[in-house]
Amino acid sequence: MRWMWIDRVIELVPRQKMVAVKNVSLAEEHLHDHFAADTQRGLIALPVMPASLILEGMAQTAGILVGHAEGFREKVILAKISRAELTADAAPGTTLRYTAEIERMDAVGASTRGAIDLLDHARPDAGFRPIGTIDLMFSHLDQNMAGAQFPEHNFVFGEGFKTLLRTSGIAVPD
Amino acid sequence: MTRDEIAAKVRNVLVDALAVDEEEVTPTASLRNDLGAESIDFLDIVFKLEQAFGFKVAQGELFPEGVQSDPKYVQNGVVTPEGLASLKARLPHIDFSALEQDPQITKVAGIFTVDTLVRFVANKLGVK
Repeated sequence: MRWMWIDRVIELVPRQKMVAVKNVSLAEEHLHDHFAADTQRGLIALPVMPASLILEGMAQTAGILVGHAEGFREKVILAKISRAELTADAAPGTTLRYTAEIERMDAVGASTRGAIDLLDHARPDAGFRPIGTIDLMFSHLDQNMAGAQFPEHNFVFGEGFKTLLRTSGIAVPD
Repeated sequence: MTRDEIAAKVRNVLVDALAVDEEEVTPTASLRNDLGAESIDFLDIVFKLEQAFGFKVAQGELFPEGVQSDPKYVQNGVVTPEGLASLKARLPHIDFSALEQDPQITKVAGIFTVDTLVRFVANKLGVK
């Protein structure tokens, strides 16, 4: 399994905003354990996307936005979850929409604000409804305050991310 | 803006950035040792101060950067007299007296207190 928690980028305003979607599928193995039925406690199975992976989806959305701003030259690392609040579960057959906006960015890092909306395909007329916010901070790894050195190769933005951008119709630097 | 108003805003910034209780944010509280700030929190604090007060903070203006890796400033884990003089000149809002007594590099993080931030903002805004 590739560690990609967004399926497609649907909007990119460089240095400002990025919107991505993730379709939640019952083919994702972890949903069968999250949460599996517990017969001893009389609980039926409840497959929902783990909140930690929703966080990862927002981190990837916001991280790509921050990385794109400098042509993916910086190694952009998630450094802090400033705030995370989710008010509903994402079940199989729903679509999550991540909207990340850069709040502040400088040479050493960036802070982003993020909104999460959910579309229930059984009720398409209801459209996307807000289910939470996730605000994050990213560090440009090579500009860290401690002066630590890292490999020159940009190991953050690998082939998976490049493929995602390309299939979303966004130009990727070589 | 008065110094008390600055202090109140700084307190809000720290409560927000470090998820600490208001009562913990006393003037002498060390950002790292008492309030648990880690390296990324210092950037968060800079961003939040900029938002709260409407000014820009240049890299290295509030907190020193690259000190540990500069042999001119640090030798054998101790801040050199030259390093200390340079820090004092660059960062007038910081009280370096504790570091002058015990100039170990490990003590540098402890000298950033809540009052350091209040002094920094007051200097930026020209408030006595």
